[in-house]
Amino acid sequence: MSNELEPLADPGLPEHIHRKADTDPIAAKRAERQVAVLFSLSAVGTLLFIFSYFFVDQDQFIFIPVMGSTNAHQLGIGIGMAMSLLFIGFGAVHWAKTLMPDQEVIAYRHEMRSEDSDREDFVKAAKAGAETAGLGRRPLIKRALAAAAGLAGLPAILLLRDLGPLPGNALNETSWKSGTRLVTDPGDRPIKASDLEVGGVAQVMPELPVGQKRTLENIAKDAVLLIRLRPTEFQLDAERLSWTHEGIIAFSKICSHMGCAVALYEQTTKHLLCPCHQSTFDVTRAAKVIFGPAARPLPQLAITVDSEGYLIAKQPFTEAVGPSFWERKS
Amino acid sequence: MKFISKYRKHKFAAPLLLLFALTGLGLTFSVASATEAPKAVDAAARSTLIEEGQQIFLKGCSSCHGLNGEGAAIAPSLIGVGAASVDFQVATGRMPMQDMSQQAMRKAPVYNEEEVAALAAYVASLAPGPRAYTNEEIEWERDGNTAEGGELFRNNCAMCHNFAGQGGALTQGKYAPSVMGVEPRHIYEAMITGPQAMPVFSDKIITPEEKLSIIKWIKAAETEPNLGGAALGRVGPVTEGLLIWTLGLGLLIGIAVWLTAKAR
Repeated sequence: MSNELEPLADPGLPEHIHRKADTDPIAAKRAERQVAVLFSLSAVGTLLFIFSYFFVDQDQFIFIPVMGSTNAHQLGIGIGMAMSLLFIGFGAVHWAKTLMPDQEVIAYRHEMRSEDSDREDFVKAAKAGAETAGLGRRPLIKRALAAAAGLAGLPAILLLRDLGPLPGNALNETSWKSGTRLVTDPGDRPIKASDLEVGGVAQVMPELPVGQKRTLENIAKDAVLLIRLRPTEFQLDAERLSWTHEGIIAFSKICSHMGCAVALYEQTTKHLLCPCHQSTFDVTRAAKVIFGPAARPLPQLAITVDSEGYLIAKQPFTEAVGPSFWERKS
Repeated sequence: MKFISKYRKHKFAAPLLLLFALTGLGLTFSVASATEAPKAVDAAARSTLIEEGQQIFLKGCSSCHGLNGEGAAIAPSLIGVGAASVDFQVATGRMPMQDMSQQAMRKAPVYNEEEVAALAAYVASLAPGPRAYTNEEIEWERDGNTAEGGELFRNNCAMCHNFAGQGGALTQGKYAPSVMGVEPRHIYEAMITGPQAMPVFSDKIITPEEKLSIIKWIKAAETEPNLGGAALGRVGPVTEGLLIWTLGLGLLIGIAVWLTAKAR
């Protein structure tokens, strides 16, 4: 039968070719020197580390091309440690590859299971140990030990409590109330409508009652950006238009995507950008998302002026500011 | 003369002759125009600043901004932008624009200080606007506060100009330029006029003292040395990541190849 396949013959192991250093003593000597040089470089690196740590002033700056003015203390420590570790490795690998034995050896596998006699001996020894310790004869110790060991595990579970408490309604609320004045951030000065020019912006925070301090949690939710446009540039419905004041419109600065501070305002295009993922919001159309991963427009804060002419919030935010969360209502 | 006639039919003779002729023409022209320049200044000395500014404007700016600075489809109106805008745009070389791209960029200024002052005086005469400043008026070293400036910069400027003032990208080819190495008066004028895509930061929102603090912080950031090795442009994770993914991983791959290569 001509089309019957012949089994392939076992080709065996390829012929072992010895390295140059195995046969040529001059090459072996050269390899030896190379390894020694690599290890010596590591030693030099360690010495550089120690020298930089103790003797280079922490305020010493040197000029390095490309990098510019650089702290010599840190640079010496870093280069020293890198040399110290890298060249030990390079030397060891070079040594193993050029000079260490080159024979191919076969390592046989053994069965993992222990001999039956060894297993029996272990059980005997364990039982004898328990007998000598008197666990069976002294139940009081046995129970006390069980109680102690059981309780010792409890703190690990109790610590899970720090994952809470649940935020409750905190994610839906901000410090903005009806009548809260808008103040500059930083500076805390109340703002009049006339303070803002067309094309101007202001970073604002809600005014705090006297003596109260602003917490990081509040800053993260309350930050608002004020932008002044020409009133004719808005393309808003009647309700949203009534939330603006003489062309001044206010949006939450917290991105509805991941909560970065959205404040790259392009005066020419009236676009508001988030620096993190380039979500782009159109200010003239109530911060409608026109590009990027954000799913919702930025919440708009309704503003008006009080009897003294300062800008105030007309009402709290009507939706939660910032990114999505499970319990979010809208 | 024998030397020249010997080579007159050489294949490089004609191009070389042309090169000499053009160089000669160029030199003559530059010498001629150089001798003309002082005359223009003399003429300026006779007329008022505004009239001189109008002459410069008509020659250099009116083709885009209109004969009376009223603006056109390709350039905004200059009525009411004030001397501060002119000083910022012209003295930093942004105007006149090199090409009609998305953004006018900072380059070597085309007009000298006197010409900028004249232009500014003319544009300011069209309608009132913010006035120009001199570097001496901007007393940032005396009245600024670096720490306060840093807080203001992070809150108002860092989102576009980067946390270290290195600048950053905006949409459709526009960008916020680096604020390193900018003259104090230009930083100040940019804040009060809001050039190009930048919004206006009026004196009630960021007071003049606070503006000086911002300038002081920028000047401190300019001279800030690198505390921990290469700064990689001070733009944060982008260049750091690029370096790790290319140089770092490249090094690891190289070592892996070396480890498994058979020694000879």
